[in-house]
Amino acid sequence: MFDPVQQAYLLEARQMQALSFAVHIPLVCFGIAFPAMVLRAEWLWMRTGDEVYRVLAMRWTKVMVALFASGVVTGTILSFEMGLLWPGFMGTFGAVFGLGFALEGFSFFVEAIFIGIYVYGWNRMSPRAHFASGIPIVLAGLTGSLFVLSVNSWMNDPGGFTLRDGRVTDVEPLTALFGNGHLGFELVHMYLAGFIVTGFLVAAAYAVGRLRGRWGRYERIALTIPLTVAALAAPVQLLVGDWAAREVAKTQPTKLAALEGVGHTQRGAPLHLFAWYRDGEVKAGIAVPKGLSLLAFHDPDAEVQGLDAVPAADRPPVNVVRIAFQLMVSIGTFLAALSAWYLFARTRRRRVPSGRWFYRLLVLAGPASVIALISGWVTTEVGRQPWVVYEVMRTTEAVTAAQGIPVGYATLAAFYACLIAAVAWILRRLARAPMATIAEPERALGGG
Amino acid sequence: MLGLELYALPLFFALQGIVLYAILAGADFGAGIWQLLAGRGERARRIREHAHNSMAPVWEANHVWLIFVLVVVWTGYPVAFASMASTLAVALTAAGLGIVLRGVAYALRSGSTGAAELRAIDTMTAVGSVLAPFALAAAAGAIASQRVPVGNAAGDLWSSWLNPTSIMAGILALLSSAYLAAVYLAADARRQGDEEMAATFRLRALVAGSVAGVAAIAGALVVRSDARWIFDRLVETPALLSVALSLLAGAATLVLVARWRLDAARVSAAVAVAALVGGWALAQNPVLLPGLTVREAAAPDNVQALLVVVILVGGLILFPSLGLLFRLVLRGSFSAEPRIERTVSLARPTGGLAATLTATRLAGACFAIGAAFLVLGDSGWPHAIGVAALGAFIVLGLSALAGEDSRE
Repeated sequence: MFDPVQQAYLLEARQMQALSFAVHIPLVCFGIAFPAMVLRAEWLWMRTGDEVYRVLAMRWTKVMVALFASGVVTGTILSFEMGLLWPGFMGTFGAVFGLGFALEGFSFFVEAIFIGIYVYGWNRMSPRAHFASGIPIVLAGLTGSLFVLSVNSWMNDPGGFTLRDGRVTDVEPLTALFGNGHLGFELVHMYLAGFIVTGFLVAAAYAVGRLRGRWGRYERIALTIPLTVAALAAPVQLLVGDWAAREVAKTQPTKLAALEGVGHTQRGAPLHLFAWYRDGEVKAGIAVPKGLSLLAFHDPDAEVQGLDAVPAADRPPVNVVRIAFQLMVSIGTFLAALSAWYLFARTRRRRVPSGRWFYRLLVLAGPASVIALISGWVTTEVGRQPWVVYEVMRTTEAVTAAQGIPVGYATLAAFYACLIAAVAWILRRLARAPMATIAEPERALGGG
Repeated sequence: MLGLELYALPLFFALQGIVLYAILAGADFGAGIWQLLAGRGERARRIREHAHNSMAPVWEANHVWLIFVLVVVWTGYPVAFASMASTLAVALTAAGLGIVLRGVAYALRSGSTGAAELRAIDTMTAVGSVLAPFALAAAAGAIASQRVPVGNAAGDLWSSWLNPTSIMAGILALLSSAYLAAVYLAADARRQGDEEMAATFRLRALVAGSVAGVAAIAGALVVRSDARWIFDRLVETPALLSVALSLLAGAATLVLVARWRLDAARVSAAVAVAALVGGWALAQNPVLLPGLTVREAAAPDNVQALLVVVILVGGLILFPSLGLLFRLVLRGSFSAEPRIERTVSLARPTGGLAATLTATRLAGACFAIGAAFLVLGDSGWPHAIGVAALGAFIVLGLSALAGEDSRE
């Protein structure tokens, strides 16, 4: 029914899907983490009665709404594209993984409803009820990540079905989605990434302000709330990333070989930093003897499977995967180091860092965290190639037979350019909106 | 019979999702159409303003119904979904772009102030509001007129959805959206005591409703000559009863609007849409696509059972939440003054230096424990402990750093 088709533009179809993810995923990060930060500001207002927190929470609410609306449309495009670009995948495996998206749909629904209530409810509900209406948004961000990643982790570690003559039988959706070996680390890795990306991006915006001389109590609070969360999450992310790589080493040896550029199966494989993969080996670069065997298997003499273990047609494009992986790891390390600096200043000196260099690096950390996020997804998704369902279905079997992919791709790219410009414009607009006057903290009431 | 057997239950729920989407998102798109037709000047500005303000709080929730329909169909009827999506790729792309325009315009509007900006944004809304319902209804027309064969892009990318039946369906969708929106906006204006806007939209409702009625009759003739298969089945019982109910409800709505019974009119308008979708479903049953019955297209029974459980449990969470949102919006601002609770006083968010120090040390210990379990552990349980300890590190860290460092 869905035999492999002739599709001249498979690469364009994949790029189109990748582009859509690249636009959507940073918005997802804000969906996961920003409501929690807005709620933290509101909670601090409720506890202290200090108006500065309320003004902050209300201003952030507007940003949250604009970004959530953008996420709704980019998410809608993604759900359309699943069918438009990959009917072979949907038609064959929809029954296996579709339930994950059905569950995600409800999460998304709950998120949309309570964002509506939260936004509309400012000044229309009691503070307690209003704060409570924000909690389902945060929970839906977590469950939404869980359900979407259940599908992605199944694609990387497929199970819960039997394939006979191109049709699935013995379908066990719950085993497929929640019983696979990748869900745990993918979920933790992505959920933390949500807080890291949102935290560093928001903090970077206020760091720019500080370097330009906009620095008062409001700005300092607006910087520390997101930065504290991101700075606590970034060091943890290094450990989670290490865990993820060890699991990949176990279940997807070809992906590991691609991201480390291991041409031939070998014992005591070295770890190469930077450099370029060509003709079965990594050229130049810094080699750490036995480093890869040690890191991936905790044994300096462990055997690491090389790319030559599978036919050339079953290998992912090595340099794309490898460079994306190195980029993610380097940026992640930089973010963790910057976080350590911040945490040290906060805990030892009991203040935010005061040097200009810290804020310059923080400005860099915002966009860098987005690059790390996208590189991470390139690592896992391009590293899965040529398979859409790992070692079960190839992307050539999944792609649509329809004509006109380049036209769709160009149209979509133009739309995304407009969308990004529109989001940038609105954020600038919201940032420049005149600040409501902030009353003095009511010290008499709080006693502090 | 559709709706009675497990294999067809998800489709039954998807049809309800289609009805809700047609009514709720239809009203939203319709509001965009009225913004387009508002013209210029102060009154036009007020029309656009009212259309936006009434829809803004429920916009996102209305649109999620489409996602619901997509995920239920692709899980429960994967082969049919893949066939539809690949053949109707152009129509669905157009619909998708329409929804994007609508959403982006919504996001933009929350931060813009100038009149010229607002007009540009409302034009975006309007273009999206015409494109999306037209393309989606045309896609439905393609399925109804049997132009979507089973297979990977097996049908024609263009003529599948640009044919007399599809175009008629698209026009009818635009008219009914405009009509639903006008009734909703008139009722909303009346509740807010804005009699001028109420009268404005009541008149628009009457005009749009009458035109929609004429178009429906013309549409029946078009379908008769273009898609005889579905027409013949539409005029047989039980589909005929449903179609007749739709016509009756539509006519009743006009009478109710004319008599200012706007809330009742919204109910009967919803019945008209639901009965039309129901009639289509009954006419198609048991055929989903040419040569593919609903039973043949359905996923295995255990999958359908799980899907139904998910839908029912999801509904238990969803409908009370939606009720809360709509009640809040419909009742409007029940207290204009912010009620700030000034009684809560817990000194400072931090519990003093000693507590902060303890939290910092505990956080450090949790990080060390978490790192050890996560890095050295080699199976599920140590990893779970590691993740839990690292989670505790973050939470303790947040509490240790909750205080505002005022020195700097």
